[in-house]
Amino acid sequence: MYELRKALNNIFLTLTWIASVSVILILLFIIAYITYKGAPVVNLKFITTWPQGYEAKGGIWPTIITTFYLTIFSAAIVTPIAVGGAIYLTEYSKPFSRFSRYVRFAADTLSSVPSIVYGIFGFAFFVIYLGFGWSMLSGSLTLALMILPLILRSTEEAILDVPYGYKEASYGLGATKWQTISRVVLRTAFPRILTGVILGMGRAFGETAAVMLTAGMALNIPISVFDGGRNMSSHLFLLATEGISLDAAFGTAFLLLVIILFFNVGAKRIARRVGK
Amino acid sequence: MTKGNKSFEKAIKLFFSLAASATIVGLLLIIVYITKEGTLLFGKVNVFDFLFGKEWKPSSARFGALPLIVGSLVVTAGAVILSAPLSIFVAIFLTEIAPKKVANYIKTAIELLAGIPSVIYGFMGIMVLVPMVRQVFGGSGLGIITASLVLSIMILPTITSLAEGALSSVPDRYRYGALALGSTKWEMIYHVVLPAAKRGIISAIILGVGRAIGETMAVLMVVGNVAKIPESLNQPVATMTSIIALDISYASGLHKYALFSLGFVLLLLSMCFIAIVRGVYKGSYERV
Repeated sequence: MYELRKALNNIFLTLTWIASVSVILILLFIIAYITYKGAPVVNLKFITTWPQGYEAKGGIWPTIITTFYLTIFSAAIVTPIAVGGAIYLTEYSKPFSRFSRYVRFAADTLSSVPSIVYGIFGFAFFVIYLGFGWSMLSGSLTLALMILPLILRSTEEAILDVPYGYKEASYGLGATKWQTISRVVLRTAFPRILTGVILGMGRAFGETAAVMLTAGMALNIPISVFDGGRNMSSHLFLLATEGISLDAAFGTAFLLLVIILFFNVGAKRIARRVGK
Repeated sequence: MTKGNKSFEKAIKLFFSLAASATIVGLLLIIVYITKEGTLLFGKVNVFDFLFGKEWKPSSARFGALPLIVGSLVVTAGAVILSAPLSIFVAIFLTEIAPKKVANYIKTAIELLAGIPSVIYGFMGIMVLVPMVRQVFGGSGLGIITASLVLSIMILPTITSLAEGALSSVPDRYRYGALALGSTKWEMIYHVVLPAAKRGIISAIILGVGRAIGETMAVLMVVGNVAKIPESLNQPVATMTSIIALDISYASGLHKYALFSLGFVLLLLSMCFIAIVRGVYKGSYERV
């Protein structure tokens, strides 16, 4: 009997090892495969030239510009709102007030709304109703709404972790509420807030469905906020599904993956530096 | 404090409260707009004909969404059946077994998997899984099996990290108690830790289901997009999300209304999942 129990124990514990190692292997396989096929395609010319002709050979320059435009613009729109909202929830409203519960419920719900629903909402509201057209403005507003809950919740947690004594010391020195928030609370929580913002930017960077429907699919270097453009992930989608120029598809996938991993590792670095 | 200072403090507070309200306003805008556009169809087509109609043929004005709903459900069920056990095993490993250093590597891997854009998962699906599935199961390789496989990897981070949170909130004294009674480590996990974390694990799976149903690009790329109720697992299907993404750019009239109705169904589903998870959690707080 004891032998059997021991055997079962060993079997299941080994299974958890296998499951966990396979997760790492899956990640490594994805990175290795995309790198093996994509890295040789990427060079300065690939990054700085336009797609050529029907088969979209050549580079992906306009899609890179569009992707960065959307990512930075949406982060610029959403960061003051998300951080401000988090400050209100943690520093001003009472912890379990009705308003703060509604805000948290809204944030949770927003974070579970599928990206295609954001897409058709942005299409109906920003593109058509407000008349912004397929543009950087429509795309960035939609993305801003999409990454709002992520940044709001991570900022909230960052502020809640600021030791209470810091605030007391600040008030004790005669600082006003705003002085305490801006110079003590935000300064202490800053690295972790930044981590949340970077993770949000990573999501905006790789988003496809919501961007296709709000920023359009036209190859363009956007200058004004009313210009449309095709981002890298939409470009990859088109190349992959139409089976044209697989080389360019792998190159795009590689760049996309590298930049996204860079965002994530950077966010983690910042978080870890604070831990010390 | 001077008077100017005071009104400045007030203005700041007002700005922060407006910023907090933006979350609610954003959600309401989405609900109002999707509801408004999503119910236009029901002036022309009966709700039941939409939900239970078996024919989706926009070209001849047939808007039965059942094949798409079934498509979404089948693909999601497949993904969750594949992913939930794996995710729970990983979560058990992270909280109960792994040395800290190993656990950190795996957590990093899971975070990175969560960060990879869905279009890359779809691309990997096309390049790697479609040929494999074609060889093993026959057919085109596009369809339920491939989509479920791709989705199972995409929802793994969601289920794992939430299940891990649930497991790690089980107090250590439960574990010591079980071990002191002579149970093996696995018996302790199976009979004590998992039951104690049951609610958290169930919510983790529900949120995984929510992510799988809402996932668009990866599914669109590997599911085949044939709006028919499937008879076997290696058939291509279409899901609600894939049809919206494919058709919205050129649809007009009733067809467009029908796509918004699908979006409306998706929105309702995701709100239901959040409500269920909140209900499950409320119970767990009362218990502890």
